[in-house]
Amino acid sequence: MSMFSIFSVSGSAVSAQSQRLNVVASNLANVDAVAGPDGQAYKARQVVFQTAPMGADSSAGVRVSAISESNTPGRRVHDPAHPSADEQGYVTHSNVNAVEEMVNMISASRSYQNNVEVMNTAKSLLLKTLQMGQ
Amino acid sequence: MLDKMTNRLDFHGNALMLRAERQRAIASNIANADTPGYVARDFSFGDAMREATGSGSGVTRLATAGSVGTTGNLGAKGATDPRHIPLPAASTGTGAPGALGYSVQAQPSLDNNTVDLDRERANFVDNAVRYEATLRFINGNAKTMLSAIQGQ
Repeated sequence: MSMFSIFSVSGSAVSAQSQRLNVVASNLANVDAVAGPDGQAYKARQVVFQTAPMGADSSAGVRVSAISESNTPGRRVHDPAHPSADEQGYVTHSNVNAVEEMVNMISASRSYQNNVEVMNTAKSLLLKTLQMGQ
Repeated sequence: MLDKMTNRLDFHGNALMLRAERQRAIASNIANADTPGYVARDFSFGDAMREATGSGSGVTRLATAGSVGTTGNLGAKGATDPRHIPLPAASTGTGAPGALGYSVQAQPSLDNNTVDLDRERANFVDNAVRYEATLRFINGNAKTMLSAIQGQ
């Protein structure tokens, strides 16, 4: 039954999107984090999707091939009273862009819903196929 | 005799398998809607159906008289010469579609992903409805034949 592989294809996409959502959540949680003792602030993370062939030519799933860290410089705020301030009185915050992360979150959530709907449709078609001839 | 009864069922069976195959191809496109560099794949149901049933079925010959005429000089496997090595796509036999095509891009994106999610979703729903229609045809055929056998 070729339709059964829809579940593995859409399942891989759902799992990849949920990992993306997870990364967005940790980025948003660290949006105001400042540099720790090592002077390195939290760096925004981003998942990298890659096509994963699943058996036949026509079925292509998704997998997360890597999680990359953004290298843009962190936000620097002048606050000499802050305990983490450097010699010039600047505090380095994480380089997370909250607006970008929100957009990323909505996109991931919509893709997740799309794939769940695909699985639901495939399930109802298969159930109807099972009742064929009755 | 029995051959005549199951002929029509064979046609719908082929159609059902091709619909399932297309459903899977579209599901892959939707799954890869966010993958950079992914190229959307699809195939024409009509062409695949013509290839699967061959020119032997009267139903398809009637419906596609024009297009069969243009490719009529090609061999059974789509080759121009019988000594040609058949392409893998042409020798897959019934059921499986030939080589998958690439869908045409309407709005190019920067990451080279060619999936048009709106179109894929529309295709998915359309294909699902047609799959169900084929299922109903099969069920109706089976019921017709059952009542013919019982003679009541």
